[in-house]
Amino acid sequence: MNGVIPTPVPPAPPVNTGLTGANANLAKVLAAGHFAVCVEVSPPVGPNAEAVQKQINLLKGYGDAYNVTDNQSATVHMSSLAVSIMLKQAGLEPIVQFTCRDRNRLGLQADMLGAAAFGINHILCLTGDHPIWGDHPQCKSVYDMDSVNLIRMARMMRDWRVFENGKNIPKLAPDFFIGAVENPFAPPFEYRPMRVAKKIVAGAQFIQTQLIFNVDRFREFMKRVVDLGLHEQVAILAGVGPIKSLKVAEFMANEVAGVEIPQSIIDRLSPLSKEDQAKAGLDLCCEVANQVREIEGVRGLHVMAVNWPDAVPQVVKNLGLFPRPVV
Amino acid sequence: MSIRTYLQDHPAPLVWAWQLAEKILPRMRPLFERLGMERSSAIVKLPEEIFKGSIFNCQDCAQCILHYNGMTCPMNCPKQLRNGPCGGVRLNGKCEVKPEMDCVWVKGYERSRKTRYAHEFYRLNPPVDWRLDGLASWVTFAMGRDQITTGAENGIRYATEAVRTGRKPAPAAPKEEK
Repeated sequence: MNGVIPTPVPPAPPVNTGLTGANANLAKVLAAGHFAVCVEVSPPVGPNAEAVQKQINLLKGYGDAYNVTDNQSATVHMSSLAVSIMLKQAGLEPIVQFTCRDRNRLGLQADMLGAAAFGINHILCLTGDHPIWGDHPQCKSVYDMDSVNLIRMARMMRDWRVFENGKNIPKLAPDFFIGAVENPFAPPFEYRPMRVAKKIVAGAQFIQTQLIFNVDRFREFMKRVVDLGLHEQVAILAGVGPIKSLKVAEFMANEVAGVEIPQSIIDRLSPLSKEDQAKAGLDLCCEVANQVREIEGVRGLHVMAVNWPDAVPQVVKNLGLFPRPVV
Repeated sequence: MSIRTYLQDHPAPLVWAWQLAEKILPRMRPLFERLGMERSSAIVKLPEEIFKGSIFNCQDCAQCILHYNGMTCPMNCPKQLRNGPCGGVRLNGKCEVKPEMDCVWVKGYERSRKTRYAHEFYRLNPPVDWRLDGLASWVTFAMGRDQITTGAENGIRYATEAVRTGRKPAPAAPKEEK
């Protein structure tokens, strides 16, 4: 019976590639000491290339890099890699998001190689919302590995030119600037900074946080991160986003995993008319952004507009972060 | 509170049982090697399932990290995370997928502080080797086959490596209990 499950072979001698993802635009902007801005792009539901082009035209110039979500909220969208390629060809710097929900190690690595071949050098590794939140709750979720191991896998492909199985990648290694996410608003709060540390050890170079509405809690989180000295090893980009209406706020509070919306925001929006709600949502986003900018250790913003891409240029302009530096 | 939850919330006897197993199991290695991993597993699995299944709701991944996780089985996580908790944990500490279930990683974090393995919560657990799924973890542990890191790294790393000591206040890493 011996030999059905082979004993693991020792890993191949790693090749030190010396790559660090420093060629990525976001890495350059951060290295030059600028306050970075990432903007989220939502792939369309449907094979609609025009919709992507519309977002490109709308958002071009407002970010240092553009997050392209991977089946966000576990709902089918055009593939993150495909939209990223369209962005790259239009001269934008995409951040391909990789979730562990839909692909196993083979699929993830294959798409990473594909991204690298198109010159895409930002990736973001996350666990991914469970299918139960999305439009295919009946499907089998994969979760072959978790986000920490996904980060580690991407780093080893870059640093040592090896696949997850320990075998060498022939000739070229992908040069990624590797990102990760963290949610400072989910329990256990005092452990969250250490989870950032875990991701740093795994290889994360920038961290994008969940949408911030509760600034006090985020401040606490950042204090801990700074106390541990983590902000020197990883660039923390604070997640902010405008809320279009009370309905969206309620939807995000109840239906989106891991978003905390304080009652004060609901109270502030509820007496207003529809147009005023949108304006208040925009102001609120800028208020939060201005507050988090002052917090030690925050090195950029990650602007996510839920179903409201039109608001992004306004937010970036209001914050005085337009135009973006060319490095 | 069920007996199961009580035992896990007071993990001292379970930790003691693990420490005993940690000493005994490696001595069984020659026997397991002679029988082979599958045949040994077939024999060992029943007692393991009765013990670990009843207390921890063991999912037979055969790469046990119970003692690193406060005697809470992470394979009960709907996302089967090995380095949790994910960002979807509800504010009350319940699972985002099963609202009636406590997040196993939140529980594991609390419970791990009651054991002498609290520092092991900062361990970067390697991904699951699905070839071993369904075997007996007592066998894979004894044969040194359960915690293999893949890729170019040999050995397990810890989150505390990133913590810059010397900064104030002292890092969050808890000291091992004496």
